[in-house]
Amino acid sequence: MEKFTTHTGTALPLRRSNVDTDQIIPAVYLKRVTRTGFEDGLFAAWRKDPQFVINRPEYDGATVLVAGPDFGTGSSREHAVWALMDFGFKVVISSRFADIFRGNSGKAGLVAAEVTQDVVEQLWKLIETEPTTQVVVDLQERTIQAGALTAPFRIDDYTRWRLLEGLDDIGITLSHEEDVTSFESSRPSWKPATL
Amino acid sequence: MGKTLSEKVWDEHVVRNAPDEPDLLYIDLHLIHEVTSPQAFDGLRLAGRKVRRPDLTLATEDHNVPTIDWDKPIADPVSRTQVETLRRNADEFGVRLHSLGDVEQGIVHIIGPQLGLTQPGMTIVCGDSHTSTHGAFGAIAFGIGTSEVEHVLATQTLMQARPKTMSVTVNGSLPAGVTAKDLVLTLIAHTGTGGGQGYIVEYRGSAIEELSMEARMTICNMSIEWGAKAGLIAPDQVTFDYIEGRPSAPKGADWEAAVEHWKTLVTDEDAVFDKEIVLDADTMTPFVTWGTNPGQGVQLGQNVPAPKDFEDEGDQVAAEKALEYMGLEAGTPMREVKVDTVFVGSCTNGRIEDLRAAAAVLKGRHVAADTRLLVVPGSVRVRLQAEDEGLDVVFKEAGGEWRGAGCSMCLGMNPDQLQPGERSASTSNRNFEGRQGKGGRTHLVSPLVAAATAVRGTLSSPADLEA
Repeated sequence: MEKFTTHTGTALPLRRSNVDTDQIIPAVYLKRVTRTGFEDGLFAAWRKDPQFVINRPEYDGATVLVAGPDFGTGSSREHAVWALMDFGFKVVISSRFADIFRGNSGKAGLVAAEVTQDVVEQLWKLIETEPTTQVVVDLQERTIQAGALTAPFRIDDYTRWRLLEGLDDIGITLSHEEDVTSFESSRPSWKPATL
Repeated sequence: MGKTLSEKVWDEHVVRNAPDEPDLLYIDLHLIHEVTSPQAFDGLRLAGRKVRRPDLTLATEDHNVPTIDWDKPIADPVSRTQVETLRRNADEFGVRLHSLGDVEQGIVHIIGPQLGLTQPGMTIVCGDSHTSTHGAFGAIAFGIGTSEVEHVLATQTLMQARPKTMSVTVNGSLPAGVTAKDLVLTLIAHTGTGGGQGYIVEYRGSAIEELSMEARMTICNMSIEWGAKAGLIAPDQVTFDYIEGRPSAPKGADWEAAVEHWKTLVTDEDAVFDKEIVLDADTMTPFVTWGTNPGQGVQLGQNVPAPKDFEDEGDQVAAEKALEYMGLEAGTPMREVKVDTVFVGSCTNGRIEDLRAAAAVLKGRHVAADTRLLVVPGSVRVRLQAEDEGLDVVFKEAGGEWRGAGCSMCLGMNPDQLQPGERSASTSNRNFEGRQGKGGRTHLVSPLVAAATAVRGTLSSPADLEA
């Protein structure tokens, strides 16, 4: 995974709450067996509307998504994170993320930055008034800066550390393999097996 | 201070904990299906890693599979590739797979309990958010993304921050004709879709204890719909009776040892939950959704709400968008909402008791003109059991379609989809925009409401058929 320290880019205002994973990428786009190319499914139903914010030329090239509360609810599909990343997003800002989506983001390298709804509203106003506003997301300091606004965001310490270092979870766990083996030797014999 | 049930199960699975790090949790059972696993197996191959415990791993084909012509090659080439990829991966990595055509094939959350692999006190994960279903047995069970699927395949563990605990106590008893589905839809309308976020929830109280295992699975299944990490119910005699004798249940002395341990899996009297919700089952009635998330629901006897009925400005905007998408007018009685398709099935309500409930309503009756009824058993075993009991004949004589096992119209990855603008009453779990097919409009309902709706052609309960 690439290291993430600070990201600067323009932002897209998505004025919707409860953006579920079926909206981020509908199930019909999940049939690919590769890890890339999911950008075609991103917000597929909404994108058919030429007025949908992602289709507006002033937001071309935005890399920060600013969304309403309860972003990423629903299914466990990591494809939702991949679709956002494949499309070019590096950061999603919301006042509340669904747990699985937040977890998947951390694993895949997308920063899910949690702020108060008040900060979301201020960011929406800023980027709707001036779409070229540069938004700076500093993971080291856990701050978002845009125009005159500087606000803290929440991300758990461990995910932040892994993203800053670009670490692979499986590698970290395998360094504790002795603990796993020792745990396995103490499991009760009546636990079920599939083979 | 004592421990809650979920804390006991969690603590029994901690392989390693260190300050400022998530716990490393051992996983007892890893369930796999074709949609969220291909990239995980690819990752293993790229890194030259093996599946650490194929003997704790089970795969099935469910999301993409057709529910007709299942003995023929899958017609959609993309779906076929995904299923064939799972077959190759299972073969290469030595994972047991129940393929289309196999008598044990079915929706992943139906077959785990059915095989007796789902047992109290376990940790169970799957790349599917409805893994919470298995919590009905007193297991900690939750959905994971593909990166985590790869992590579990490689290490049989997961790094997880310890969630907070919540209790949902449901006092009283569900009135006749009111089901577990109505209970959980009532709960979600109360909490909203984010109300459970960050919590493992324990469902308890007399109304929960009175439920069958299948009804308990319906409740735990929908835990994710209000944002909970997982939902679970303390195991009791109902649980033990359900498991005993199933293919993977412990036998003989192992059974005795297992039950002895399972009986300790209850929340201690002096344990404290981080949050508590109390509901009264006695006042519950059939419950249906009107909007585009599972929290947007009302009693069947109520009307479609208006945006101004909501205090929160965000809820008002969401209601306005939902009404527009659903093509509904505020103030319309829910009972007058006309439905095109009724879907009975899914990991929420695709078990034998659900089919029995629907069949009991449909027996001797006929599906309304212009209404389509699709009945999709959750597994091949459920299908065979239903056919043994003659339920398939009831559905077919009523004018319904009787299908093979799979996820089907719950998420429309196979050909079973709604057309744009089409409206369904569905026993599944999500009424998101386009969930059952692009432009499709979904009302979540119980199997009883589904069956009565099929007969009347508008959202109805069995009581409406007698009026």
